[in-house]
Formats: sequence, C-alpha cells, structure tokens
Amino acid sequence: MNAKLTDRIATICFYLIAFLILSVLAILIGFILYQGLHVIDWTFITQPPGSILTGGGGVAPQLFNSFYLLVLTMLITIPIGLGGGIYMAEYAKPGKWTQMIRLSIEVLSSLPSIVVGLFGLLLFVQLTGWGFSLLSGALALSVFNLPLMVRVVEQAISAVPKEQTEASLALGVTHWQTIMKVILPAALPGIITGFILASGRVFGEAAALLFTAGMTSPVLDFTNWDPSSPTSPLNPLRPASTLAVHIWKINSESIVSDASKIAAGSSALLIIGVLIFNLSARFLGQWFYKKLTSTR
Amino acid sequence: MEQVTNLPNKKLEETSLAEELRSPAKKLIRIEQRGRIYTLLSAWILIITLFSLLFFITSKGIMPFIHGEITLQNFFSTHWGPTSAEPGGPFFGSINFILGSLMVTLLSALISAPLGIGAAIFMTEISPKFGRKILQPAIEILVGIPSVVYGFIGLTLIVPFIRNTTGSIGFSLLAGVIVLSVMILPTIVSMSVDTIQSIPQSLREGSYALGATRWQTISRLLVRTSLPGLMTGVILGMARAFGEALAVQMVIGNSPNLPFQLMKPISTLTSVITLNMGNTVQGTPYNSVLWSMALILLLMTLFFILLIRLMTQRGKQG
Repeated sequence: MNAKLTDRIATICFYLIAFLILSVLAILIGFILYQGLHVIDWTFITQPPGSILTGGGGVAPQLFNSFYLLVLTMLITIPIGLGGGIYMAEYAKPGKWTQMIRLSIEVLSSLPSIVVGLFGLLLFVQLTGWGFSLLSGALALSVFNLPLMVRVVEQAISAVPKEQTEASLALGVTHWQTIMKVILPAALPGIITGFILASGRVFGEAAALLFTAGMTSPVLDFTNWDPSSPTSPLNPLRPASTLAVHIWKINSESIVSDASKIAAGSSALLIIGVLIFNLSARFLGQWFYKKLTSTR
Repeated sequence: MEQVTNLPNKKLEETSLAEELRSPAKKLIRIEQRGRIYTLLSAWILIITLFSLLFFITSKGIMPFIHGEITLQNFFSTHWGPTSAEPGGPFFGSINFILGSLMVTLLSALISAPLGIGAAIFMTEISPKFGRKILQPAIEILVGIPSVVYGFIGLTLIVPFIRNTTGSIGFSLLAGVIVLSVMILPTIVSMSVDTIQSIPQSLREGSYALGATRWQTISRLLVRTSLPGLMTGVILGMARAFGEALAVQMVIGNSPNLPFQLMKPISTLTSVITLNMGNTVQGTPYNSVLWSMALILLLMTLFFILLIRLMTQRGKQG
C-alpha cells in the first residue's frame, strides 16, 4: 500500500517535471516571438541601424554578416570535418594516437566559447595582423565547430551497415573508393542533418566573435560585389558584427534609445533562424532517409 | 633460331602488358594514398589546433606572474581595484570572480540535475512515446537557442521579475543561476537518456518480477546502475555553465562582490573577461590579468574533462 502510494506520487512528480520543462520552453519561445515579431518588418530586415541619436533603422548588415560568416565557417570546416570524421571511422586503429585525437576532440568541443574567442584574438587577429575581421571570426568559429563536425561524420559513417562496406571490398574495390562511392552516400542523411544542426549553433554564437569578428560593422554598399573593396559586403577582411553580437552589444551599452526593441526584434530573428535550421534538419534527414531506403 | 630472335620481342610484349595491367592499380593506389593523407591531415589539424590553443592561452596567462607585473598573492586575494591609485594598488584580486563562477555553476547544477534526470526518466521509463514525440524535440530546441537570447530573456523577464518581487535591483546571482539552469538542462537530459536507455531491459524485468513498483525500480535499480553516466551528464552541464559568458554577464550585475548572497549582483570570470577585454590596452597589467583569468577558465574545463574521464572509467569497471 505504502509502496504503491509512493509510486503514484513519484509518477506525478515525473509528469510535473516534464510539464515544467515544456512550459519553460513555451514561455521562452512565446515571449521572444511576442516581443519581437511586431518589430520585424521590411525596414527592419533591409535597413542598416539608425544613428545613435535617432535610433530606428534595422539590422540588415548584421543579418547578412551572420549568414556570410556561417558560409565562410562551413567552407573551412566541411572539408576538414569530413576528412577527420572519415579518418576516425575508417582509418584510425585503436591505440595511443587515436586516443590522442579523441581526447583532442573532447577537449575542443567542451572549451568555453569565450576561450576560443580569446585564442582567435591572439592568433588570428593579432599575430596575423588581420585585425577584427570576418576571416578571423570564421576561423575562430571553425575551432569550435570542427570537433562537432568530426563527430557528426564519424557517427554517420559508423551507422552504415558493415555488410555494405564488406560487399564493396569483396568486389575488389579499394578502400578509398568504397568510402567515396559506398559509405559516404549511405551516411549522407546523417551528415547533412548534423551539419545543419551545427550551422544553427554557429548562427547564434556570439562569445567567440566579440574579439575576433569585432562588434562593429562598417557602412556597407550592397551594390558593390568586389571582395577586395572595404565597403563591399563580401570583403572577408572587414570587421563584422553578427545578429547575436549585435543583441549583446546594444544591451550591454544601451546607448541607443530603442535598444530593447531592436534586441527583441533581433532575438526573434535569431530564434526563427534557429528553428528553421532545426526543422529543416529533421525534415531533410527524414526525406533523405526515405529516398535512400525507399521506406514509406 | 626463330625462337631466339623472338625472345626479346616476346619479353617486351609481356612487360608492356604487365605494365598496362598494373597501371590502373597504380593509379588506384595513388588515389588511395592521397585519400589517406587527406584524412590524416584533417585529424592532425584537430590536434595542432588544440595544442596551439593550450600553448597560447597558457603562455599569455602565466606571463604577468613571470614578468612580475602581478604577484600571485595579489591575484588570489579578494581586493579588486585594477585602476585603483591607493597605496599598494592596483589590486587584481580575482578570488571573488573564481568563487562567483563556481557558485553559479554549483547552484544551477543543483537545480538542473534533479530536473534533467527526472525528465530523462520520464522519457525512458514513464512515457517513452510522449517523451520521444514531444519532450525530445523540445529539448533539442532548448539546445539550439543562442546564449545571447537566453541573456536577453533573463534581462527582460527574470531580472525585472526578481526586482519587483524582492525589491532588490534584480541583477543578481539568482538571475544568473536561473538562466544557467535552463541552459544546461538539455546537456543533462540527453546524457541521462543515453545512459538509462543503455541499461539492459532484463534488469528492469527482473525487478518488476520481484514485485517492485516502478518507483522502486527507478530509484533502487536504474538510478544506481546508471549513476556514473548521470554524474557525467551533470559534470558536462557544469562545464558548460562554468564557461558560459554572455548570458551570465547580461543578468549577473557585474559587481565584484563575494557570491554568498542570492540577491546581490556579483561577477564571474567570464563576465569580467567579456566586459573588460575590449576596453583595456594590450600589455597593461589590467589586460594581462584578464588572460590569467582565461587560463583559469581553461584549467577548470580540463579539470571537468578529467572528472568525466574518471567517471566513465569507474562506470566501465563497476
């Protein structure tokens, strides 16, 4: 009797915990969208920030920077992440050396992003002399994104049935060809899902960017597509503040009169972006899976 | 005679045929080697990145002590006054920040651990279907929310709430703890789910067959069996909390107080670094001390990883 009562109370507690977590999430998302959605309009997305005195304006350069930085980071991390993941899943033999790489991945992925940012400040901003720039930012983001990508690739490859690999090798196909033509295509859904989720993380990252990509954005001329021009949005050596950095900056300085409004709008944009990444990762993963396995 | 004249010719034919047969293999071997080198290089990049990071942060962090700009005694004191002109100054006491970081980390883990493990048990033992369909995606969305957004929510929702209910200024240790406990929850949940799921089903069946209730099975069997894994999740969460910078900085108040009162504004290592790194001049002691704090952050992260390694090893033995 007593044991049954305790059991029932415990069950209720577990339901309460689940309910609590769901309501926290609902409050978070609801609050952000409620505060931010009415700020977002066409001007907010397409105009640069107004002057400090007048306020107003939008976050167009920041929005662009966020996406551009994401593209640059992915350009750096996808090839290395693929290589590292393939190595860990296919070539690495158990031993000291492999343990060493595993430890590196573990340490790199649990480093605080502010520490990664400071490393970027030392190496990419100061030593190379690039200053606060998109390139420094992308490299710093790569440091913290790379271990994640390697893990994604390794896990996706490990999930491919061994029989497929063996069948390919038995046909006399070399190891590398097997990796390229058999294993990678089969692992692709997992890899793509993982990459998109990683993109979401990169998209919202700020601490690693404060001291690498900088907290300001120069006046950009969106008709100038020459990457070497300082006003061109494509120039990788210009400083750039992303949406996430922008939110932090206007909140911590709060000089701008309508700081909370802009922060609310930007937060909503960020959340929407992250939700899109999250949903598309799920959707694409399932779609690829269905396509490749022809399940209905 | 004919045979003799034919011989060299035949030999030539043979070698060219062998050559022809071998050449695609050679090409393949070359491709094979190239692939191997490419993946090996990628793995090397990981290791080189880590070691150069450790090297740069460490050398920058111990520099002020080697050059005698700051004494260890000064650094490990509670007096923070980096621009103070008082006799004996400037003061670079960082103990308050170290304690501040430890305090927010411990308190948020205290809140998050029972909730996270509870949620994991809910998802694996009580309602797997609801857990997988609704709670799992919810947790994934919580992971995805950027830390500045957490900070912004803390700033506009939690800080005013604390201000209105308690009459303090709102920016406080408590606000930091609340924000962090939500942020580290997903880490704890997903680690715990993995661990509990890996317990063999037969153990549960044995327990139920003995007439144990679900709660008895959970509390006496599942939690105990998976304890190392659950602890690993909590420590991973703590590592995340300890290193979190912007969300904490936005709500914690940034005053160099000792972190023993929930309602008082405090500072953490990360908040001091974020706020001052951009405003101090390179090479000044004020700037150097920030790098020493970064080194402490790094060492703490390594310590957490060491703890996790010990945990997983114990888990394997037990």
